[in-house]
Amino acid sequence: MAEMENDDKGGKNGRNGRSSRHSRRRRVSRLTAERIDYIDYKDVKLLQSFIAENGKILPRRLTGVSAWQQRKVTEAIKRARNIALLPYTKY
Amino acid sequence: MRTYELMFISSPNTIEEDINKLTSQLEHAVTDRGGKITKIEPWGRRKLAYKIEKFDEGIYTLVHIEGTGHEIAEAERRLRVTDFVIRYISVRTDEDLKRAAKVKAKRKTTLAPRPIDDDFDSDFDGEDELDEL
Repeated sequence: MAEMENDDKGGKNGRNGRSSRHSRRRRVSRLTAERIDYIDYKDVKLLQSFIAENGKILPRRLTGVSAWQQRKVTEAIKRARNIALLPYTKY
Repeated sequence: MRTYELMFISSPNTIEEDINKLTSQLEHAVTDRGGKITKIEPWGRRKLAYKIEKFDEGIYTLVHIEGTGHEIAEAERRLRVTDFVIRYISVRTDEDLKRAAKVKAKRKTTLAPRPIDDDFDSDFDGEDELDEL
């Protein structure tokens, strides 16, 4: 019965062996690689890569961006939500 | 001089004429106070990420404004009292853009281009997809 949960959480092998499922984590973030200096709240495509399926903002440990960048991303996502470019929640 | 972006959503049943009237009103309000509207981008109809006032879609308009800040207060007031505007947002952009330009210039002089990680999806073309609307 506990098996069903396993898919999403990935708790057991989380600490030492990073499972391949976590491909979301990137060493070099897209922001750095593509040299995006200005994070625009209108850039829905970009911001979508920083939100989870349900609309939540992904934590920095998953996005791999710097603290400064994460703050800017967060700010942009919140602006985009306000103007209905991004959802506050899904489902 | 500061630069701002003002975006507003009109309800889907608004006629174009009304929106044009509003933007010219905004233009007057801004220029009267010494500001300038540098660009008006009509994005057109777009689906809303969530319902606003029972509307599923809205007509987006983006206005670029240059000024001191007083114009924005007035422009916002106008949007607030306009019935067909269902949402608006104003963002000051000059500081962040300036910073971005500085970083860009610095990188040009000091850093060799960084190899692009092939791990990530390359469907992002760096352009604002909404421009074409």
